[in-house]
Amino acid sequence: MSDTVTTRLDTRELSVGSALAELRKEAITKLQLVKYAGASGDYNLIHTDDETARRVGLDGVIAHGMLSMAFLGQYLCWLTGPDSIRRLSVRFAEMVRPGDVLTCRGRVTALEQDVAGQRITLELWAENQRAQPVTSGEAEVII
Amino acid sequence: MGRLEERVSDLLVSRDLIGQQSDEVLVEIERGAIRKFAEAVGDTTEACLRGEVAPPTFPTTIRIPIPGLTYDLARILHGGQEYRFQRPIRAGDRLRCRSKLADVYQRDGRLGAMTFLIIDLEGRAENGEPVFTGRSTVIVR
Repeated sequence: MSDTVTTRLDTRELSVGSALAELRKEAITKLQLVKYAGASGDYNLIHTDDETARRVGLDGVIAHGMLSMAFLGQYLCWLTGPDSIRRLSVRFAEMVRPGDVLTCRGRVTALEQDVAGQRITLELWAENQRAQPVTSGEAEVII
Repeated sequence: MGRLEERVSDLLVSRDLIGQQSDEVLVEIERGAIRKFAEAVGDTTEACLRGEVAPPTFPTTIRIPIPGLTYDLARILHGGQEYRFQRPIRAGDRLRCRSKLADVYQRDGRLGAMTFLIIDLEGRAENGEPVFTGRSTVIVR
């Protein structure tokens, strides 16, 4: 079973519009992209080989969109624990490159009492060091 | 998402392929694979680092090709992704998984006419109970 997680979402203090604590990730490195390629099975060389990336018109390798979604997954786990997550849905809006520093942020968009507990809908996104959202979406958790 | 085969082709994905699905594949969720995934992401969730509970985007590791669906890796973009869970995926789970091409449509975007593929993935426990579903939006340009 999973940890006893001290949730960072205190339902007594939450209301629609509440901003959530942010999670800042370390700068993305090429090594991380190689590791993520291996761990995820996404071997598209535009993420790990500059030459391939340039051939398709990029300046160099770009991060897997799924890596920034994984950051949001981590963010959700950090906020509520992995057992609480019912849905995570994102759109990939901007490219992410090695050296980029992503910060995960979110806010509450709905609160609802469910038979299973408090169902919370969150808007969440990962933004880069220029405050540009790169991957944005929505999540539902029950705590 | 289905396996993205590296095959250069000018053909757009045919709508005739809508509904095409893979066979069911039994996927064993391994502790080491969860750990490796969490480490690559830099996910500090303890249950994930211990390899007990899969991070929510772990189903991306489950890649099941859809028969007949091929496209050029260099010409695709991942537009969006959704996962829904009945419960978290745990090490030791043996999931019956299947992928399916749910839809194909054309749309004009900032890069010109593009083909959108909606690819679904589902995972059930051995007793048939649903565990998770995934929906990928893949853009072919």
